[in-house]
Amino acid sequence: MKEKEKLLEIKHLHKDYGNGPVLKDVSLNVHKGEVVVIIGPSGCGKSTLLRCINGLEQIQSGKILLDGEVITENKTKWSEVRQKIGMVFQSYDLFPHMTVTDNILLGPTKVQGRDKKEAEAEAERILERIGLLDKKNAFPRQLSGGQKQRVAIVRALIMKPEIMLFDEVTAALDPEMVREVLDVMLELAKSGSTMMIVTHEMQFARAVADRIVFLDGGEILETDTPEKFFTRPKTDRAKRFLNTFSFHMERERGGKAI
Amino acid sequence: MQDLGIRVLFMGNNFIRLLKGLGVALKISLTAVILSVVLGILLGMVMTLKNPVTKCITKIYLESMRIMPQLVLLFLVYFGLTKSFGINLSGEISAVIVFTLWGTAEMGDLVRGALISIPGHQYESGAAIGLTKLQIYRYIIIPQTLQRLTPLAINLTTRMIKTTSLIVLIGVVEVLKVAQQIIEANRYTVPDSALWIYGTIFFLYFIVCWPISTMAGWLEKKWKN
Ligand SMILES: Nc1ncnc2c1ncn2[C@@H]1O[C@H](COP(=O)(O)OP(=O)(O)O)[C@@H](O)[C@H]1O
Ligand SMILES: [Mg+2]
Repeated sequence: MKEKEKLLEIKHLHKDYGNGPVLKDVSLNVHKGEVVVIIGPSGCGKSTLLRCINGLEQIQSGKILLDGEVITENKTKWSEVRQKIGMVFQSYDLFPHMTVTDNILLGPTKVQGRDKKEAEAEAERILERIGLLDKKNAFPRQLSGGQKQRVAIVRALIMKPEIMLFDEVTAALDPEMVREVLDVMLELAKSGSTMMIVTHEMQFARAVADRIVFLDGGEILETDTPEKFFTRPKTDRAKRFLNTFSFHMERERGGKAI
Repeated sequence: MQDLGIRVLFMGNNFIRLLKGLGVALKISLTAVILSVVLGILLGMVMTLKNPVTKCITKIYLESMRIMPQLVLLFLVYFGLTKSFGINLSGEISAVIVFTLWGTAEMGDLVRGALISIPGHQYESGAAIGLTKLQIYRYIIIPQTLQRLTPLAINLTTRMIKTTSLIVLIGVVEVLKVAQQIIEANRYTVPDSALWIYGTIFFLYFIVCWPISTMAGWLEKKWKN
């Protein structure tokens, strides 16, 4: 295997909210163009990990490097670093008082100082590609959950980040809207974006991931290719986790068939 | 008799006097509203602090302003201050003080509510696209707070305009006082003038307050998320 360029390096990361450790000695590298999917039971620290990467949480020890530069220092200019890290959250987090276009343009015009016309043209190109051009003047309240999440993805993408973080972006969606959001993410993966994805959609994880990271109790228990992880998980905890999952899926299928 | 009654309105400058009286009521309430908005925004921000001392003080202030009938406050300021401390306040100034005290409390509570109703992920989404703290407030938090606040503040304005009808009782010559004077002056010539004059006042208040309430409702609907 040839050595690829490391984009993100997480080294011995410890995180504690003040009531016991949440992340324990997490180390992980993400290479350029790689898609890493993080899975694990609820409360195991997945969101916390992503939030530490773009500085929404203070860490206790360890460090995180982006492009070889340490970003977990007091002097870190987060406004600059965050332009390189796009993040999409689980909750519909569009700015409700702005139209779709204004939501998307806020970052490019106010943070990056880009020309509004040029940024708007790009926004329209991306919106067209994901089939939302006709919504460009709509307000978030006029959109479905799936449409909101796709706009949130565009809002992050237009900053041309080096890496995209997705935290369970389909978890709050009605089932029929999950697909349209996952499709956008799949296309991003195909086009070579570097991504870290937290999801409970196992089939999607398997399809999109270059690497699966299994997190449990704040520790990385397994890192493997999706092929190996889903067919031959090494740890008992991963096996149990995957089992609960298929159990849920069978129940769901059974429920629908009736 | 009926056209006699309505004639009272147009005798001399009666109608103009009524309008001027309304003008006094509006002047007092609008002054109080402007002061209340400015002070209320400050109070509201203080109210969101987690400090127990400010919490307790603002709570007492808010509750006492709500419990106390405005009339009692008016008497307290107009007669009480004059008698006890020898401070001589005109009725209009007393009215502005009382309405500002009351309006600031109400406004402060509205501001507090609007501020805490902005969910935390709005701050984080702003941060995630690289906005600075100041930019987050300028482009995301303050506009949303104002949107939530504006209809409520407008409603407070109409409540204040209506409540100004109390200040006749501390001798301010506003629209009701003018009405009483006109009715008094025409007691024998036009016995049913009261109906016409008060009816006119009803319309004057309606004409002023209705568009304001309508606008508040319209804004509320328009900005509903
Ligand atoms: N802001 C916070 N303050 C205190 N504890 C928190 C906070 N956020 C998360 N936690 C705790 O940290 C643990 C990991 O949470 P989280 O990262 O959200 O898990 P996941 O995303 O895997 O479900 C949980 O036990 C949770 O209760
Ligand atoms: Mg989570």
